Amino acid sequence: MISINPFSEMSALIPSFVMQTYVVVMFLLVIGATLFDVVHKKSAKYFFNNSEKAKKSATREVGSGEKASIAFKTATNEVLTSSEFCSTRRRLAHLLTMYGFVLFVIATAVMIFSYSTPSSVTPSLWPLLWHFGAAMLCVGGYWFWFFIRVDVAAEGNKWYRVMRADLFVLSLIAMATFALIWSYCQANGVAVWQTLFFGLFIVASTVLFGGVLWSKFAHMFYKPAAAFQKRVTKADGSRENLPEPADMPEKFGLGIKREAPRHY
Amino acid sequence: MPTFVYMTRCDGCGHCVDICPSDIMHIDKTIRRAVNIEPNMCWECYSCVKACPQNAIDARGYTDFAPLGHSVRVLREEEKGIISWKIKFRDGREKNFVSPITTQPWGEKIPKLGDLEVPDQAALDSQLLCFEPDALNVETGLPVISKDKLKEGVYY
Repeated sequence: MISINPFSEMSALIPSFVMQTYVVVMFLLVIGATLFDVVHKKSAKYFFNNSEKAKKSATREVGSGEKASIAFKTATNEVLTSSEFCSTRRRLAHLLTMYGFVLFVIATAVMIFSYSTPSSVTPSLWPLLWHFGAAMLCVGGYWFWFFIRVDVAAEGNKWYRVMRADLFVLSLIAMATFALIWSYCQANGVAVWQTLFFGLFIVASTVLFGGVLWSKFAHMFYKPAAAFQKRVTKADGSRENLPEPADMPEKFGLGIKREAPRHY
Repeated sequence: MPTFVYMTRCDGCGHCVDICPSDIMHIDKTIRRAVNIEPNMCWECYSCVKACPQNAIDARGYTDFAPLGHSVRVLREEEKGIISWKIKFRDGREKNFVSPITTQPWGEKIPKLGDLEVPDQAALDSQLLCFEPDALNVETGLPVISKDKLKEGVYY
């Protein structure tokens, strides 16, 4: 199952160009909806206003070379290792989901654009990455959904309480789950179930990539920008008007923060 | 004027929910970030502002004493035992304060307020305590929180 390219099998029913067109449309939907979201919510305006406010309180100039270095550090820390998360569990779940999604999407694109005919011989690496990425998405996603979501842990709401803010994570988990089940059914020759789960996989993917305007998908572009801005405020001395950390040794241990919040 | 949360900084950890003495800091069900649910009951004790690990909470002072354009921000560093304040006046002046949070290790030398002397009748009749104990409404069914429900590190 994990070394079989499910899209080359599928191309007997659905031509390659249809699958490729679908991928391109999803990509354009993400870009277009993110740009629309930025304009509609005025996120860019808020971001630049914030940046102007910080410049007014800056105590030193940050040159373009230093900004490039800050951008690099943001990419290697906040983006690649999700270092903004204080909670280790949330960080791990996010890393699993993020890298799982990246592997899954890249492997999907490669298999659809390069190996999606019935006669294609797909190198075993790509199906392996596809299945591994989907599995990572499922592990990270379900862990987050059942145990880590803020209002479930903090305010005691039920795990099955669903709202619009859950559109992104639920469609992501659904896409990965249906992809794995579809691949399993295909590998075991269960025709009806295979078609059903392929259909569900497509529905979940369409909701995920098409629902950018209503979900939190676009936050994956906003958060690195916010992290970059935070680093720049530390570099230019404005620090969002916060005081400088004291130059004193850490000799006391944690007080109120030694216990994770749980008293709701 | 109350506290408010910078959504881009909040990660919904819940420290502010735990520490708020008025129980008005909660996690918003839709956006899953902290929010002050009753701004007019906020007395700006700054507990949530100090407790936030992301420095995502700020307070808007009433404009009679804190005109628009001011900034009051605090950084509480537990492990160093230091609390720092940066106050910016709107005419550009800036004042910085750095103080110890405590000079004793956590959990030591905590005053036992319950063991102090109960005020006698003369003290109760004085100007300072003239409305007590009646104004405390102790006998009229105030909710009681047991000490074992308080977060560690909160001693009273």
